[in-house]
Amino acid sequence: MALNEMRAETTAAVVERVVARYRRDPVNMLQILREIQEACDWLSPDVIDLLQAALGVPRTKIEGVAGFYSFLYTQPRGQYRILFSDNITDRMLGNQALIKRLCENLWLEPGKTSEDGLVSIDLTSCTGMCDQGPALLINNRAIPRLTATIIDEIAELVRNWTPLSEWPAAYFAVENNIRQADILLGACMKPGEGLRAARERTPSDGFKSSNMRSWREGLPSGISGPSAMLDEIKRANLRGRGGAGFSTALKWEACRNAQLQPGHERFVVCNADEGEPGTFKDRVLLTTCPDLVIEGMTVAAYTIGAKRGFIYLRGEYRYLLEPLNAVLERRRNEHLLGKDILGIAGGDFDIEIHLGAGAYICGEESALIESLEGKRGTPRNRPPFPVTNGYLDQPTIVNNVETYAAAALIALNGGDWYADIGTRHSAGTKILSVSGDCERPGLYEYPFGVSIRQVLADCGASDTQAVQVSGPSGVCLGVDEFDRRIGFEDIPTAGAFMIFNQSRDMFEVARNFVHFFQHESCGFCTPCRVGTSLLKNLMDKLHNGHGSPYDFAEIENLSQLLQSMSHCGLGHTACNPVLDTIEKFRPAYDKRMEHDQFAPAFDLDRALSEARQMTGRDDAGAHLHAPRTVLGEEA
Amino acid sequence: MNAPVKKKLKVATTSLAGCFGCHMSFLDIDERLFTLLEHIEFDRSPLTDIKHCSPDCDIGIIEGGLCNAENVHVLREFRANCKILIALGACAINGGLPAQRNHLPLTTILEEVYHTSPGLANGLIPNDIELPLPLNQVHPIHEVVKIDYFIPGCPPSGDAIWKVLTDLLAGREPELGHGLMHYD
Amino acid sequence: MSTNFMLDGQSIPFEDGQTIIQAATQAGVYIPHLCYHPEFKPHGSCKLCTVKVNGRQTASCTMRASAGMVVENNTEELNAERRALTQMLFVEGNHFCPSCEKSGNCQLQATAYHLGMMSPHYDHFFPNRPVDASHPDVLLDFNRCILCSLCVRASRDVDKKNVFALSGRGIKTHLIVNAASGHLADTNFTIDDKAAKVCPVGVILHKRNGFAVPIGERTYDKAPIGAQVEAVTEGV
Repeated sequence: MALNEMRAETTAAVVERVVARYRRDPVNMLQILREIQEACDWLSPDVIDLLQAALGVPRTKIEGVAGFYSFLYTQPRGQYRILFSDNITDRMLGNQALIKRLCENLWLEPGKTSEDGLVSIDLTSCTGMCDQGPALLINNRAIPRLTATIIDEIAELVRNWTPLSEWPAAYFAVENNIRQADILLGACMKPGEGLRAARERTPSDGFKSSNMRSWREGLPSGISGPSAMLDEIKRANLRGRGGAGFSTALKWEACRNAQLQPGHERFVVCNADEGEPGTFKDRVLLTTCPDLVIEGMTVAAYTIGAKRGFIYLRGEYRYLLEPLNAVLERRRNEHLLGKDILGIAGGDFDIEIHLGAGAYICGEESALIESLEGKRGTPRNRPPFPVTNGYLDQPTIVNNVETYAAAALIALNGGDWYADIGTRHSAGTKILSVSGDCERPGLYEYPFGVSIRQVLADCGASDTQAVQVSGPSGVCLGVDEFDRRIGFEDIPTAGAFMIFNQSRDMFEVARNFVHFFQHESCGFCTPCRVGTSLLKNLMDKLHNGHGSPYDFAEIENLSQLLQSMSHCGLGHTACNPVLDTIEKFRPAYDKRMEHDQFAPAFDLDRALSEARQMTGRDDAGAHLHAPRTVLGEEA
Repeated sequence: MNAPVKKKLKVATTSLAGCFGCHMSFLDIDERLFTLLEHIEFDRSPLTDIKHCSPDCDIGIIEGGLCNAENVHVLREFRANCKILIALGACAINGGLPAQRNHLPLTTILEEVYHTSPGLANGLIPNDIELPLPLNQVHPIHEVVKIDYFIPGCPPSGDAIWKVLTDLLAGREPELGHGLMHYD
Repeated sequence: MSTNFMLDGQSIPFEDGQTIIQAATQAGVYIPHLCYHPEFKPHGSCKLCTVKVNGRQTASCTMRASAGMVVENNTEELNAERRALTQMLFVEGNHFCPSCEKSGNCQLQATAYHLGMMSPHYDHFFPNRPVDASHPDVLLDFNRCILCSLCVRASRDVDKKNVFALSGRGIKTHLIVNAASGHLADTNFTIDDKAAKVCPVGVILHKRNGFAVPIGERTYDKAPIGAQVEAVTEGV
């Protein structure tokens, strides 16, 4: 909407409108910056001047936040800002040729803005369209299923300054690709059913019974539903679906039992910052069954006694904002959200949607909370944990989209029903986001315990060499591991399931992932900030033909250091794809060991290029070739 | 150092993009040079004016970083002919003063020096084939060949050089304690 | 229950709420650190002060001491990893000690000495970081910035000015100042600010004051960095 239609509004008016909408509260800094940029294309020094005055915060605070997020621009990036998704699955589907094509079409270099200020083209991390790539974002709107034809049409539309609102709607159609549904994707729960069931529950006796606490502090006793609901979650053995698998009941209970300071309250946060490359299930859940997710959040609020909630939606899913807000509004009208939910006096709970702005690290729960508070998304020092000191230092639960969806079903059908699905240590189902080399990419929901082999068969994968489960920070499985099973006791996963056939170069897969971590490191701690860059340089060194066994040792030392010294999970796992592929696909690395002895990371002959250019020399002495093997001949 | 050594170790030294300050410091080990000479003999070195390394050098000591093609050739000769290579001083270790040009493109530097600066009106960038071409950036030597030991300092003190060499001759892992270890 | 924990086999007393590094420092035990400063809220970013608590590595500046903890500090394994971190900091910026006014009084340099860092080991990044000489009394040489954020905290928490902040992300993280021009001269920063005195390296430099103390007499010429912590408690 930035193009043309907003031009009538002055920058000052935009800033005033947005700031007022967010109650002049700097805690909403990220949302304010994001919305201003939607109207103004970038965050100019004027915008920052105006914001500084309107919010009463130092400009260092504004620039610090603006500089952190990939999708916020403090330099002009054109009226059309195109970001190609650069996950390995986009690469396998040929995104590089398309990027080149568009750049040539528009006479532009990647990373640069055109001289007329019209357009910029750059890369971004996985946009969650792996089942329908290659994909791009244009002014934060997703265009999946790119082809050369569409690229040429896009170039034409850009050249003609056609407003995005007039682009073919078909470009922006995102498919759900639900291939196999189970309890979640096939749920037909009516809005409010789960909540009513939760309310009607009475507490059980015995050791699983939780302490009594009603929706919020000070409610008359006698409403027993919340503790009974917690018992059902306990009985269900529900574990977090973000990958770590922490017990949902323990988290909720800890938050519920956390002491409240005067003026403090509890918060329910839904982590919809689905940034792990190869994952897109939350996009589909929020598209096809948002009521289930929101109902789950409301059940959680009911259980722990919270009045406010947030959905932290990744910026790549900006297009879901209006539909989701419409669902929230409808639920308010149906008394399923807002004041006196279901007619319970004091049963108040409402949800705001906050959008991210291109930062994978905000999927880490404490970084997500920082981001919700309008700050740079830097993971906090822990302890204390969010259940006691979360949003605005108040007790907060952060759960994955899929966890809340499951909680809604547990509210309706009970914990025992849920615990019977799946395996002993992994109750329920898991939605897998399947992409890569297979006939039918998309979503597959299975009870826990399904084998890798089964999934591969169901999605029509053949000649499979490897599967990357749970994204770059997860695990890379080779053929001899395909009988392993999805579940916390064997292969835990947040949902990504990327398939690579025998034609794929697993070294390049790992290199793509290492580039991802380097790009997404928040820069807070030394080992991750510098270490991911060093690792990227080493992988590039191998890629460029300068590898030797020395570099292997370096990779191993760096991995050790990142694992032991990093501040958060990003640094701890950044080496996983390399270590896994070295172990399981060694020939892909051996091919890169082009030298027996240490070789420099850069091309020495190319290091003379500027001097050759300036002197016009091209004689033998103006070149530096690899050292000869005969001793002394060099001289 | 008390046990007699049967065969003297061959030591080669050179200065690449350095100022010879480290070599001066080497001479600062003073009368201990005589003790040292009971155990070593100098091969290629500015001290001997031998032009090329013997193929069986034991220790190569390199001062200075890499700023041009010739530096690379010399460094490679040392690596090919010395069992142990020691980076001597700040420039060899991190590029030092010459590397402070690294944030500027070489083209800009050559333009400024030969075309723009006063006093060289219509100056030409030297292009004689006898002259080694400068590298786009100055590099520490460990970025181009494997280096076994490092003696930091600008320059390292004679005592620090003495300490590392005597440690090596005695078969100990070289170590510099407080006072000997400095980067300036 | 005693309020002691074990640090490399030595019993360390602590008061409720103290972090491991606070208790250790009080007891005269040095734990290497760069972003930690006793006067400011711990940041926990440089990771130099990482210790092993009951076998798990954690930053000792943010971890509260608790009774009975078994903490490893001065081990070859931890020091090797700390050395690697200092090497990372050296190659990330442009640290040319011979021409740095802070040399001899620099915590990064002294910590590297303490850890026996003979070389930067990794390939250098040689970033382009222009200096800011706009301020009449203070020079900012960003080449040496290690992103410890001590100036950020000092300016925010003590001076109440918010002159400094970190911007950017990942390897592009960098220090910014509170002025539309980006120049320190256009902020309300003065040489008397606390933030002018806390830089552990040679970023925030007082003009007309360089190389005032001769080599041999500078802070870390006289005694290594660890000994200075230990000396504090010797007379107690």
